Amino acid sequence: MNETVATLQKKARKLRVDIIKTLHRSKSGHTGGSLSVIDLVTTLYYHKMRHNPADPKWAGRDRFVLSKGHAAPAQYVALADCGYFPAEDLGMLRQLGSHLQGHPDSKGTPGVEVCTGSLGQGLSMANGMALALRLDKSNSRVYAILGDGELQEGQIWEALMAACHYRLDNLCIMIDANGLQIDGEVAKVMNVEPIPEKLRAFGCNVIEIDGHDISQIISALDAAETVKGQPTAIVARTVKGKGVSFFENKASYHGVTPSDEELPRALECLGEDCNGGEK
Amino acid sequence: MIATRDAYGEALAKLGEENDNIVVLDADLSGSTKTSLFAKKFPERFFNMGIAEANMIGTAAGLAAAGKIPFASTFAIFAVGRAWEQVRQSVAYPKANVKIVATHSGITVGEDGGSHQSVEDIAIMRAVPNMTVIVPADGIETALAVKAAADFKGPVYVRLGRNKVPTIFDDTYKFEIGKGVMLRPGTDITFIGTGLMTAQALVAADLLQAEGISARVIHIATIKPLDEEIILAAARETGAIVTAEEHSIIGGLGGAVSELLSEKCPTKLKRVGIKDRFGLSGKGDELLKYFGLLPENLVEAAKEILAEK
Repeated sequence: MNETVATLQKKARKLRVDIIKTLHRSKSGHTGGSLSVIDLVTTLYYHKMRHNPADPKWAGRDRFVLSKGHAAPAQYVALADCGYFPAEDLGMLRQLGSHLQGHPDSKGTPGVEVCTGSLGQGLSMANGMALALRLDKSNSRVYAILGDGELQEGQIWEALMAACHYRLDNLCIMIDANGLQIDGEVAKVMNVEPIPEKLRAFGCNVIEIDGHDISQIISALDAAETVKGQPTAIVARTVKGKGVSFFENKASYHGVTPSDEELPRALECLGEDCNGGEK
Repeated sequence: MIATRDAYGEALAKLGEENDNIVVLDADLSGSTKTSLFAKKFPERFFNMGIAEANMIGTAAGLAAAGKIPFASTFAIFAVGRAWEQVRQSVAYPKANVKIVATHSGITVGEDGGSHQSVEDIAIMRAVPNMTVIVPADGIETALAVKAAADFKGPVYVRLGRNKVPTIFDDTYKFEIGKGVMLRPGTDITFIGTGLMTAQALVAADLLQAEGISARVIHIATIKPLDEEIILAAARETGAIVTAEEHSIIGGLGGAVSELLSEKCPTKLKRVGIKDRFGLSGKGDELLKYFGLLPENLVEAAKEILAEK
């Protein structure tokens, strides 16, 4: 277990570096939420999910939905690192002609299941996939990552009602609860707390964890698999901008990319030396 | 006479036998949309999503992403209005294989009134990229269109009605997405109808015939992609067009035909439809009269345009 955790931590660090470099190059994209969600994404792609980068449509795969689609860079760096597409493609993020759209687009990017980014819509699609997999008697599971600010969208609660009504135990919802949204603190813009109580009241099995503690993420995902008759919702408490000290907990870095001046400092925070290697 | 929604319910239940991948969603209106027939036969493949249309459309997109062929039904006002952004983002943008079959379209919803009468859904769906828009005229065409929609890969919007409408096609009719059909030849003017207005156009053509005016009647079920050829031929050969739809004159069939002809064959044209206003409570037939959607209104429009010709 400890070895697994250490390997995943190392991978998450590498992917954070990829996010920073990718966003610095693209000069457009969402830094804070990509960094807050990356430990969840890393644990899913490198530990929990059954998937095959050589065969993205493999029928036995688990499904991943990044409902908070603005954190696309987090998914893109993981997909590139896994080998779904060449790492060079990251250099074209958000550029004309690239398959890496500003928000995940299943039409062009291998490994992306559905189009997300218009907040509130991903969980409904995850539900649909979970229903289809159950009809097909598949043991594949569906993982959907939502933002906490995203919970302000009414459709999320429609979808939660349906996930619990249809007892979708092959669905695992993960809330990247970093507490911030574009206009400031979620609690001040439009409070969504208490999230765990609300999810429980709807009928979810709720597990609350530190979303940057890999061993807690693994334990929660393992526990989710054993629950029958209801979906599991993992409320992952995270830090927006996690890993780059001067980005952390700052709403202002929601949709801002690292400048030329910030790049070396950001990489330094992540333990990279000036030559781009690990210290 | 059969309501297109009844034809839909029967066709869907039959399709369910032929194809295990067909799944059906409804938002608490299955008795009205007639998806209840499918639900009774295939309860495990039917999902009532409650009064939550946005989630219904998103769920349909997810089912499609996992290989199913979902048919999602509710009233047109909710499928297109309430869930528009889900239709755009979750269905049309990814080209999800979702069939949105909306019933109770237009003013013939009747007594429920303007809040429930969609007069703008064709315009809205037509403007969405990747969306195919079909408005069948009768029960026979509805059954064929539903089958064609299931066989077609990609998003389809099918617009159906509440009330019984005359049957104008017979069992020999071959429906094809994107193809209009000439129901009656004519040389002086052309009526282009869609949905229940095609039957009104046929009656109008009879009335004109009695006065020695030869009116062609074209039925356009697929508003998008539009059968340009049949419309351009009619414009060239008859030189006058009257469009007829149970929908706003803005952005629907009349809009589509006007756009086409303005660019490729400018022709005298009049649009018969709802004149940029909301519906009202009343009986369906009374409302068709009130809003000027009867054969005599089409005759009047034809004569006006012929006087200008």
